[in-house]
Amino acid sequence: MSEETRPAEGETAPCDAGRRDFLEQGIRLAGGAVVFLTSARAAASSAPSENPLSGGYDWNEHRYAYVIDTEKCIGCGSCVRACRAENDVPAGFYRTWIERYVVGPEGSFVDSPSGGIDGFPPAQTGIAATKSFFVPKMCMHCKSTPCVQVCPVGASYRTRDGVVMVDDKSCIGCGYCVQACPYGSRFLNPTTHTAEKCTWCYHRITKGLRPACVEVCPTGTRMFGDMKKEDDPVRKIIERERVGILQPHLLTEPQCFYLHLDKEVR
Amino acid sequence: MPEITGFAFPNDIHVHWSLMIVMYPYITGFVAGSFIVTSLYHVFGRQEFKPIARLSLAASFCFLLIAALPLQLHLGHPERGFNVMITPNFSSAMAGFGLLYSTYLVIVALEVWFVWRQDIIESARRSRGWKRTFYAVLALGTYDTSREAQEVDHKVITVLAGIGLPMACMLHGYVGFIFGAIKANPWWSSPLMPVIFLLSAAVSGIALLTVVYQAVSKMRRVPAEARLVSAMARWLWFFLILTITLELLEIIMLGYEKSEPWHIISELLTTRLEFSFITVQMIIGGLIPMILLGIVVMMNAYLHERLRNALSVASALLLLLQVFSMRWNVVIGGQLLSKSLRGLRSPYTPELFDREGVLVALALFITPFVLLWVFDRILPIYKPGEAERSPAGEAQARTDAARA
Repeated sequence: MSEETRPAEGETAPCDAGRRDFLEQGIRLAGGAVVFLTSARAAASSAPSENPLSGGYDWNEHRYAYVIDTEKCIGCGSCVRACRAENDVPAGFYRTWIERYVVGPEGSFVDSPSGGIDGFPPAQTGIAATKSFFVPKMCMHCKSTPCVQVCPVGASYRTRDGVVMVDDKSCIGCGYCVQACPYGSRFLNPTTHTAEKCTWCYHRITKGLRPACVEVCPTGTRMFGDMKKEDDPVRKIIERERVGILQPHLLTEPQCFYLHLDKEVR
Repeated sequence: MPEITGFAFPNDIHVHWSLMIVMYPYITGFVAGSFIVTSLYHVFGRQEFKPIARLSLAASFCFLLIAALPLQLHLGHPERGFNVMITPNFSSAMAGFGLLYSTYLVIVALEVWFVWRQDIIESARRSRGWKRTFYAVLALGTYDTSREAQEVDHKVITVLAGIGLPMACMLHGYVGFIFGAIKANPWWSSPLMPVIFLLSAAVSGIALLTVVYQAVSKMRRVPAEARLVSAMARWLWFFLILTITLELLEIIMLGYEKSEPWHIISELLTTRLEFSFITVQMIIGGLIPMILLGIVVMMNAYLHERLRNALSVASALLLLLQVFSMRWNVVIGGQLLSKSLRGLRSPYTPELFDREGVLVALALFITPFVLLWVFDRILPIYKPGEAERSPAGEAQARTDAARA
C-alpha cells in the first residue's frame, strides 16, 4: 500500500516544486536577459582594453603579419605536418598547404599532392621547364576580409592583433565564408560541422611562441612577426622590400606577404 | 574523392552547397513568380488573370511556408539557424534573410486573409461545432460583409499586393545577390545575377501556374479559359526571352572580354556542365519552349484550344526543368570550378537518402502541393458555384466592372 502511495506523493511534490522552480527561474532568466541585452553592447566595447587576456597578454599591443619567401621553400611539407599535428586538422582538409609550380615557355603545371604533406614526388609535367618553385599557402588574414563580411551571425571575426578567427560555438555551418574566401583557405570541418581555418596558431602566439609552421620550417621560408615592434625583422621586410600579395585586384588587404612572388601564382 | 582536372586548391574540391541550396532558390522562385502572377490581377488589373489570382496567391503562400526549410536542412548546426534572425551580422547579405522572409510572410498572410475574408465569414456562419469555432477564430472577430467593408477589403488587397510585389522581387533578388556578390567566384560574381534570378523566378512561377491551372481545371472538370491560357503563354514567352538573353549575355560578355576566368569558365561549360547547361538549360529548356510558346503567341488565332493547352503545358514543364537546371548550374557549377582558376573537380552527384539528398529534395518539392491541397480544404480556392455568385465574387465583379 505504502509502495503504491509513495510514488503518487513523489509525483505531486516535485510537480509543485517544479512549477514554482520553473516560474522562479523564468523570472530570473527574463531579468537576466534584460540585464544582458542592455549591458552586452557596453561590455563588448569596453571589455577588451580593460581586461587583457590571461597571462598579461594585451591584444592592443600587437599586430601580427606573415612573410613567405618563395625562393627558400624546398617543398618538404614539414609545415603542413606540423599544422596537422598542432591543430588536429581533419584528413583531406588543409589550414596550410604547399603548391609546386613548373613553368616553361609553352605553359605551366601546378600541383599539390595531399597539400604537400608528404613532400613532392617527381612530376611528369611534359613541360620543358625553365623555372620551378614551391609556394606555401594559408589564410591571408586579410584586413578587409570577405569571409568576416559574409558571416550571417558574426562567428567569423578579426581580432585586434590582426588574426581572422572563427568562433565554433556560434558558427551555424552555412558555408558562406568558405565560398567567399578567394584563397580557398577555409573548409567545413566534417566532425564539428563548423567553418575552420588557419589561426596563425593563436593559442601559441598569444603566449609569445611562433606558429607551428614557422617553428618547423627548416629554410626560413615562413616568417612571423609583429608590426607593432620597432625592430621586428618581418616588419622590416614588409616596410623595406618589394613584397607581393595574392589576388591584389580583390582588395582584401592580405596580411600575409610574399617575397619573390611569380605571376603564375594566384 | 572527386577527380580533379588541372589544379584545384586542396580545400576547393568539396561541394559544400549541395542539392538543398539548389532547391532553395528554386522554391523561393516559385514564391516570387506566383506572386507576380497574382499581382498581374490585383495590382495591374489584368482581368484575364482573374481566374488564377486566388490560386497563385495560395501557391505563393504554400511555397513560402517551406522556403526556409532547405536552408535549415543544409546548415551544419540547424539548432543555431534561428541566430540568423536574432543575432544577425548586418554586413552579411545572408543576415537580411530573416527580415525579408518574415516581412514578406506577414504581407502574404495578410493578403490571403483579406482575399478570403468573405469566405471565412461565410464558412463560420454556415458551419457548426468546432468547425464554426475554427472559422470564427480565423475571422478574427469581424463579421462585417457590408458593401463598404468589401470595398475596404479590396483597397487593402491592392495596397498589400502593391507592397508585396517589390518584397517578392527583393526576396528573390536577394537570393541572386547572395551568389552575385561573391567576388571570389567568377562564375557567380556578376551584377546580372540577381536580375537573372528574378526573371527566371517569373518564368518558373508562371510555368508552375500554367501546369497547376490546367491540372486543377481537369480535376474540376471545367475547360481551361482560353483567354487566360494565351495570356499566361504570352507572359511566359516574354520572361523566357528576357531570361535567356541575360543568361547568354553574361557568358558572351566574359568570352568577348577574354576576361581572366574565361578559359576556366568555358571549360566548365563545355565539359562539366555540357549536359546541364548547353543541353538542358539552353536547348531543351530554353530554345524549344521559346519556339513552342512563340507558336502559341504568334499563331494564337489559328490554334485549336487543345493544341494551345498542350503546347503551353509542354513548354511550362520544360521551363520548370530549365529553371531547375539554371539553379543547378549556378550553385553546383560554381563549386566545380576551383578559385585557383586552374582546375575543375569531377561532377557532383547528390546522395539519394542523405539529409540533403534527392528524396528530401523531392519531398520538399511535393510538400507545397500537399499544403495547397490542405489550404483548399480550409479556404476553397474555387467555389463550387463559380466565384461570381458569391458575395466576394460579386464584390470583385463590381469593382472589376468599375475599374474596366
